[in-house]
Amino acid sequence: MPEHEDQEKRKRIARQFIEAIPHAQALGLVMDDIGPDGAAISLPWHADLVGDPRSGVIHGGVISALMDTCSGAAVMAHPTCPRSTATIDLRIDYMRAATPGQAIRAKAHCYHVTRSVAFVRAWAADDDESRPVATATGAFTIER
Amino acid sequence: MADRNEPLAAIKSRRDKALAALVDGVPYIRWLGIAFDRRGDELTAVLSYDRKLIGNPALPAIHGGVTAAFLEVTAIVELAWTAIWDDMEEGRIAPDAAVPDSLPHLPKTIDFTVDYLRSGLPRDAYARAQVVRSGRRYASVRVEAWQDNRSRLFAQATGHFLMPQNG
Repeated sequence: MPEHEDQEKRKRIARQFIEAIPHAQALGLVMDDIGPDGAAISLPWHADLVGDPRSGVIHGGVISALMDTCSGAAVMAHPTCPRSTATIDLRIDYMRAATPGQAIRAKAHCYHVTRSVAFVRAWAADDDESRPVATATGAFTIER
Repeated sequence: MADRNEPLAAIKSRRDKALAALVDGVPYIRWLGIAFDRRGDELTAVLSYDRKLIGNPALPAIHGGVTAAFLEVTAIVELAWTAIWDDMEEGRIAPDAAVPDSLPHLPKTIDFTVDYLRSGLPRDAYARAQVVRSGRRYASVRVEAWQDNRSRLFAQATGHFLMPQNG
């Protein structure tokens, strides 16, 4: 497939993935990229998502939802083409508070896939990409 | 020791006000639709079902991220509630949602691990947290969540938190 066609196809799949998930739409998630190497999703800052009213910092739970969605997208985009996936476990490490007002960008990739399980790592940062906001590791089911 | 003859209404008002101060000021708790049911010092978090919580419309199932967020909110509120209990009961603090300066500082999540035991059904969910260990700086909390049956958990989690310093 020519490169531009491939990119168009990836963009379409990315858009459909988000549109099919009511919670991803409610959060306003934007799929920046998806392909065999993984997925990238960004979360625009929104006042409804604040966890600490004193500082305006986004709640950790929102980061969990972002990491989980991004990881699930990476599983679905894996070249072995899973039919469906569900989270088995997800561990999030919070490195620092995200800067209020800035979007948070997450990237996830499957670093190992078996017949029935995908092992995923994810990473998230705001505008300062040199200092991650959070990292995650997870195991996901693979329905074939 | 608390006054044995303190009027019941005063006790309830003090505790409900303090709990509301921890919960009502957080936009994300409201946005997700989480409320807290209090029996003495025991809290049960209630996540009211809404279509925006769905992650898999084909089943349908609650989004894994919603489940994680619900458990994390429950853990943080329980930890903050446990931390202020003695000061609140002794009258040293009186947190009030209407007075921003009176609001307790919240613990910060260090890490949080969620086990997904079964898929979340499109109906209300409940969770309770237990502070396993709370030191001056660090705390460890376990959370369990269920829907129809208390003994059939759909998710559980454990997390570590950094306790607020100086109030």
